Amino acid sequence: MSVATENLTGQVDILDQPLESQMTISMGPQHPSTHGVLRLELVLDGELVVKTVPDIGYLHTGMEKLFEYKKYQQGIVITDRMDYLNPLGNNLAYVMAAEKLLQLEIPERAQVIRVMMCELQRIASHMVWLGTHCLDIGAMSAFFYCFRQREKILNLIEAVSGGRLTPSYFRIGGLMMDLPAGFERRVKQFLDDFPAALEELTTLVSDNTLWQSRTKGIGIISPEDAIDWGLTGPCLRGSGIDLDLRRHNPYSGYETYDFEVCVELDCDVWARFRVRMREMFESYKIIRQTVDRLKPGPTKADAPKVVLPDRDDMRKHMDSLIHHFLIVAEGFNVPPGEVYHAIEASKGELGVYMKSNGGPKPERVHFRGPSFVNLAALPVMAEGEMVADVVAIIGSLDIVLGEIDR
Amino acid sequence: MSIISDVINSTKAVIKGMKITISKMPQKKWTVQYPDVPVTVQPRYRGQHLLHVDENGKEKCVACYLCAAACPSECIYIEATDDARPYEERVGRDERYAKVYNIDYGRCIFCGFCVEACPKDAITHGYNFELSVYNRADLLKTKDDLLITKQKQSKNYRVALSDEDVDSEYKEVDKVGIKFRL
Repeated sequence: MSVATENLTGQVDILDQPLESQMTISMGPQHPSTHGVLRLELVLDGELVVKTVPDIGYLHTGMEKLFEYKKYQQGIVITDRMDYLNPLGNNLAYVMAAEKLLQLEIPERAQVIRVMMCELQRIASHMVWLGTHCLDIGAMSAFFYCFRQREKILNLIEAVSGGRLTPSYFRIGGLMMDLPAGFERRVKQFLDDFPAALEELTTLVSDNTLWQSRTKGIGIISPEDAIDWGLTGPCLRGSGIDLDLRRHNPYSGYETYDFEVCVELDCDVWARFRVRMREMFESYKIIRQTVDRLKPGPTKADAPKVVLPDRDDMRKHMDSLIHHFLIVAEGFNVPPGEVYHAIEASKGELGVYMKSNGGPKPERVHFRGPSFVNLAALPVMAEGEMVADVVAIIGSLDIVLGEIDR
Repeated sequence: MSIISDVINSTKAVIKGMKITISKMPQKKWTVQYPDVPVTVQPRYRGQHLLHVDENGKEKCVACYLCAAACPSECIYIEATDDARPYEERVGRDERYAKVYNIDYGRCIFCGFCVEACPKDAITHGYNFELSVYNRADLLKTKDDLLITKQKQSKNYRVALSDEDVDSEYKEVDKVGIKFRL
């Protein structure tokens, strides 16, 4: 088996002492179960994984640098394209960091709508995760039922913002537009069907003995290791650590909603799977509460120099028109300073570090992508497992390469 | 666990799963047969842009460059001209109009910022979404492609009513009466 290693050691020096029985194989970047263009250098001893080295960067687009050449409001569209399964969460993180610098007060209605849209997006993101995770492990049919639910959510997002995958719905200081007429009814319609659909998926996947035997006791990471490797989100909660930024560092009024932080103690793929399945139901509960809380009111902050004026106002009043021109053409100045703002995205802690030098363009924007950090723990989880289980572990991490490479 | 109970349990699981799959078979299909049946788009959907005209067919755009300034991908190119002729003979509604108005669809990301920026409601997103071309240069759309009077609207979309059901797209398929072969 040493034949294969001879050609590779020059390229990637990951073998300390190549043994006769070891073999290095390259998994990806075109492997369908790597969820994008991720390449793994696996050192195998027979079927067992000795060492894993994730090789990333195939999707690098230089987004963080791009922010420095765009005005603050233009940066929103770039965030859509990072974690493309959770674009509204990315919008929220970016927008809230800028609002923190500007010290804007966001009206109640805008905050409720933000929470509602983010939770819808979280369900959509988890649905893609569940579908692809099932597909990786070999349960084909769950994929279609997951995408059916996601399709409904994408319809809702399209109705609100006009975009399905890249909504760019949140603006610095509020929202792009108010909700369309009859939107609450449509959300309720989705919510009415959702628990039954989740129940169906539970029957199909969670209660399945085959599924359990493929996931239980695999990809174990201890709570200490999970903290040391900086895991966040469902991956951390699957290791028994109770940390959810919606509860422990609340934003957008999450502290006023009644929901449970899902924690599982098994530390394996099964635990992370359970956390996400339960989280979808918690999101459902939050959306129910937001629908009840929607009261008429403004959706934009009262900051004429930052927020675009209402279109009617802009047509009638000269000063609104002047503000409109200035904001669009020159942007707005943000007071100098540095902030870090983190939200609980569907994959974990999504943090935005933003530095302003007082101008209309940020000096530096850095993202702490949860997928990136979670992927770093893959070698720990995969060590000593079978090759086929590596696929299950990658699925349980729920990575999105658009966010890892940025 | 012995092999026998293993086999029995897995068979049970497969049967349980297949039960759901089989129960779906007689139900209505959730597939939109796209080229045969129009796709449903929501009223706010962001498709190919439209340049609007007023009731007399005069272009609304005054070439203020706000859309170009708002564009994050810098895909709008405008050349402004003054037209001193009286209203009846002019191209535009106002004296100033855009002689050249190009949108490069190789760059456009359909974010809707130009629509938000336009103070004259001269540019909006239409619903055309079939924009693929054989030649990359054809992605550059000029005023002839963008003006609402000249742009050909595709037959492959249907705009949803704002209060339609969340899954109306799939109910619509049955209304059209397409028969599916199993």
